[in-house]
Amino acid sequence: MAERFTKGMARNIYYGGGVFVFLLLLGLTFDTMLKLPKRDHRENITEAVARGKALWEHNNCIGCHSIMGEGAYYAPELANVFDRRGGGNEQAFKGFMESWMAAQPLQIEGRRKMPQFHLSPEQVNDLSEFLIWTSRIDDNNWPPNIEG
Amino acid sequence: MKFESQMVAKPYFIFALTLFTGQILFGLILGLQYVSGDFLTTYIPFNVARMVHTNLLLVWLLFGFMGASYYLVPEESDTELYSPWLARVTFWVFAAAGVATVLGYLLVPYAKLAELTYNHLLPTMGREFLEQPTITKIGIVLVCLSYVFNIGMTILKGRKTVINMVLITGLIGLAVFFLFSFYNPENLVLDKYFWWWVVHLWVEGVWELILGAILAFVLIKVTGVDREVVEKWLYVIIALALISGLIGMGHHYFWIGPGEYWLWLGSIFSALEPVPFFMMVMFAFKMVGERRFEHQNQVAIKWALGTSVMAFLGAGVWGFIHTLAPVNYYTHGSQITAAHGHLAFFGAYAMIVLTIISYAMPILRGRPHGNSLSAQRLESFAFWMMCVSMIGITLALTVAGAWQVALQRLPEAGEALNFMATQDKIAPMFWLREAFGLIFFLGLVAYLSSFFVGSKEAVTLEQPQLAKPTAV
Repeated sequence: MAERFTKGMARNIYYGGGVFVFLLLLGLTFDTMLKLPKRDHRENITEAVARGKALWEHNNCIGCHSIMGEGAYYAPELANVFDRRGGGNEQAFKGFMESWMAAQPLQIEGRRKMPQFHLSPEQVNDLSEFLIWTSRIDDNNWPPNIEG
Repeated sequence: MKFESQMVAKPYFIFALTLFTGQILFGLILGLQYVSGDFLTTYIPFNVARMVHTNLLLVWLLFGFMGASYYLVPEESDTELYSPWLARVTFWVFAAAGVATVLGYLLVPYAKLAELTYNHLLPTMGREFLEQPTITKIGIVLVCLSYVFNIGMTILKGRKTVINMVLITGLIGLAVFFLFSFYNPENLVLDKYFWWWVVHLWVEGVWELILGAILAFVLIKVTGVDREVVEKWLYVIIALALISGLIGMGHHYFWIGPGEYWLWLGSIFSALEPVPFFMMVMFAFKMVGERRFEHQNQVAIKWALGTSVMAFLGAGVWGFIHTLAPVNYYTHGSQITAAHGHLAFFGAYAMIVLTIISYAMPILRGRPHGNSLSAQRLESFAFWMMCVSMIGITLALTVAGAWQVALQRLPEAGEALNFMATQDKIAPMFWLREAFGLIFFLGLVAYLSSFFVGSKEAVTLEQPQLAKPTAV
């Protein structure tokens, strides 16, 4: 690097730039926090949705599935599974979930296996509520189509 | 070795390599489960194997960073480590906690583990990469505090070089941002937003400071280039890393709830993230080109150059190909992400740890000028085997990802294949990935064997040979 560009200048860019950008990140985060309530419809987080999220975590669903594109890529995306499997109908979706969860693991040779989690009907209902709530988050219209 | 206390680094390095081996074995299991859904699933379901694979990575890299710090900070500070005793205790605590956690993953169902560790009191489990029981997370915090304290006190009583300052800033950031792993609200959007404050601000933020500091240290040692020059480069590289990377976090905020301006901010800033990685390549090659002597540990130089190139490819190039929002709309959460993840983690973080191990381990084993020629030859062979096969894994997953997007994401709703059907179609690429994974494993075996080769041979020259700088 040119001699005119000294180590002191490099240091100032590091400390100055780093602090400035971090403050900018804090500011953007503050702004995002103000805007999020409209996008995440948090007013609809019922106790069932919260219990559903805890079940989602306690069974490590993210270890195979993705939700809003994050997680493992071994099993289908679930942020839009309500639309895909329930067609937007809550009762239909809950019915699907009941039979789907009970049928695991599917005995198809060579197919990736979903474990049997032994969830109670109430728990499956909570999980469904969580997935229904998730499907209604404004996530800039992702995924591109219903297949996730 | 200038200071006796640098020896505490040795168990950290050895344990890091042990966990690395475990990580690769579980990677091979996962790769097979991708194509053969019945493989071992009754004993190790995919989610468990994946958790072990990613958590072992995380922990062995932390062990590597700790070993690196305990080795280089006394030398940089020109003083003994503040408390070698504390470093040894920390090692055993961290190792025991790590082993116990992995055994917990493997021996009991995850829901049972959550129950046994009272996760409901402070729920933090079940989120990607942060699957550790809350008690383990608290343990990680304590280990990090003891580590940062020890390193910080050593720097305080000794020389405050630029490498030291950058390293300690990175370590404090590592400890502070990990605290966000304890924030797990009922609102999934908030959960995800701050989950990235651990994951992104680690790997695309403060870890880059740690990476830069370790690389700069090794380059000074193996090239003899003037510290002033190295430090100026280091400052510029990490400055650009932070300036691009902090707001670059926006590329994770595209599709998880936050507003639309993140589409612009995330795209623009993260498009700049390859720049510091490219500068790191220029830096490494320029320093080696301007070397003041021929260091006999040639393979350590190879690792230092290699990590800069592979980090640029994995984090820089493979990050860029899917970071622009219009592209990411189609590639988000596809095998493209997996491709990027593998090459970036290996190139940037696995390889920097292997770099410092390659430089420091021979010294810790009483070979100040590096290993014997035969050991270096084998290590060099392993270097190429692992690098080439990791590129193979990455290319296979990239093709798989592009293919997946073409079948599942691009077509209109009625015509797109569903997820499982798509996975069946692209299975040949998963077989190819597994084959490269096997080659990688053989490379790792060769690497580990190099530690046991040629220990009886004398090192050819006693003194580093002086040479005129030549271009590389």
